Amino acid sequence: MKKEKQEDSRFIIAKKEAWIGILLVIFNFIWWYGFAYGLGSGPVEKYRFIFGLPAWFFYSCIVGLIVMILLVVFTVTFFFKEVPFDEEGENR
Amino acid sequence: MNMSVIWPLVVFLVIIFLVGVYASRHVQSSSSFIQEYFLGSRELGGFILAMTMAATYGSASSFLSGPGAAYNYGLSWVLLAMSQVATGYFVLMILGKKFAIMARKYQAVTLVDFLFARYKNEFVVVLAALSIIIFLFSAMAAQWIGGARLVESLTGLSYTTALILFASSVLVYVVIGGFRAVAITDMVQGLVMVAGTVVLFIAALKAGGGMENIMRTLGAENPNLLSPYGNDRSLTPLYLSSFWILVGIGVVGLPQVAVRAMSYKNAKAMHRALIIGTVVVGVIMLGMHLIGVMARAIIPGVTVGDKVMPELAMTIMPDWLAGIVLAAPMAAIMSTVDSLLLLVSSAVVKDLYLHFINKKAEEKQVKKLSFIVTAVIGVIVFIVALQPPDLIIWLNLFSFGGLEAVFIWPVVLGLYWQRANGTGAASAMIMGMISYILLSTFYPNAFGMHTVVLPILLSLITFVAVSLFTGRSKWKQA
Repeated sequence: MKKEKQEDSRFIIAKKEAWIGILLVIFNFIWWYGFAYGLGSGPVEKYRFIFGLPAWFFYSCIVGLIVMILLVVFTVTFFFKEVPFDEEGENR
Repeated sequence: MNMSVIWPLVVFLVIIFLVGVYASRHVQSSSSFIQEYFLGSRELGGFILAMTMAATYGSASSFLSGPGAAYNYGLSWVLLAMSQVATGYFVLMILGKKFAIMARKYQAVTLVDFLFARYKNEFVVVLAALSIIIFLFSAMAAQWIGGARLVESLTGLSYTTALILFASSVLVYVVIGGFRAVAITDMVQGLVMVAGTVVLFIAALKAGGGMENIMRTLGAENPNLLSPYGNDRSLTPLYLSSFWILVGIGVVGLPQVAVRAMSYKNAKAMHRALIIGTVVVGVIMLGMHLIGVMARAIIPGVTVGDKVMPELAMTIMPDWLAGIVLAAPMAAIMSTVDSLLLLVSSAVVKDLYLHFINKKAEEKQVKKLSFIVTAVIGVIVFIVALQPPDLIIWLNLFSFGGLEAVFIWPVVLGLYWQRANGTGAASAMIMGMISYILLSTFYPNAFGMHTVVLPILLSLITFVAVSLFTGRSKWKQA
């Protein structure tokens, strides 16, 4: 690929990766909100506990963090592309 | 005061100082002083990048006031804090490669350089540089006060002596070492923060007799501490969710974080930083805030939120270990102020002096000026922190959300929306700042959301409307 007039191919990649960031944050929010208020909105006396913590907290915050870390590892490994950053990068 | 608490802190300061000396060699030998001093010659690897982003972002609030709030509100506050995990990946993914490439193309050293190259609008430069100087200066002063108070409470020194100790140690390595010193010390400080969190968590778990026991104690005191609604059921789901804007997504607009997104070496560094950053931010935020909740069962009756963490560490650990753990909040504060100091200095030297006053200053002159300006700003912050005027306290309240409202759209739309133009950016910045100050003064937490939400929306609408009305942008694709 030589000089292109329209869009630098690196920018297409960059844009795609930015969209992945947005999708991840939306997923993260839904997971966080869903478990916290899905399991935690009832009376405290009825809570289930996992490893000593209320189930809503365990799933929303602890499992949620682990899931997000795994997702970031997964997307970065499989969807993120290495591109050169400097001006002549494309020719190298 | 017990010396064994102080020793780890002293060792920590010595290491930081040595890093400054090491980095200053790069500053002396670098081919481009400005690039090296304010951006570390764009050579950061993935690990340092992740640590410096996490450490710059994590400040006194993550280690002192945050856990203090969790102590009062219960698990709901940990839930709130977890919205910050997004910063670990979101900022770098959004700004991402496009920002890194464009910043190189423009040879931008500061965020303001980037904005100018993108919009070719002097008004944007003035607005951006002034908001950085005014708001980050106040934020810095507030953090120095926090740092000095912490040294004061740990060592028993007077506030003034503590401030001198704190200020001089930060000043030395920032002034001589520049960005590279800041980034490498951030890495050390980040490691101290993670280690301190893990050690304190384990110790708290043991002291409380296991998680089950701790939660049972809390449930017996007030069952609401275990709910996602806060101890008095005052935290609504909408309110907590709005923090995703303030401490999650909006962080893209913080200049001290954004400038790091143009400092890394290559795409591989960015990929590693995404993973490491998410882990580090997640561990610190979850760990420290959960510790704050657990502390309520172990040392009940603490009334000052900021003291929960130090008191817990000193109660449940041997002195020397408490000293190591308490280096963590110290590290958090230092790693934030060093970045702010350098950023304010770059705004003065690069964005105002070199841009408006003397475009063709010689390398040698710039070098001298940079050292002097950085040192002078440090000294002024010191004087301000000795007896903080109300104005600074007032400005600091707006610094975080205000800067987000000012910068987020000019940066993000500048990258991804071709029709964004300078007039649109300038009006969005003014709109963001003014609406943020007005709303937080007269109508805080509008509609049950954090104050920052509306200004960010208003700023977006202004930006898009003005850009469309004032016609096609001068944006030229190279």
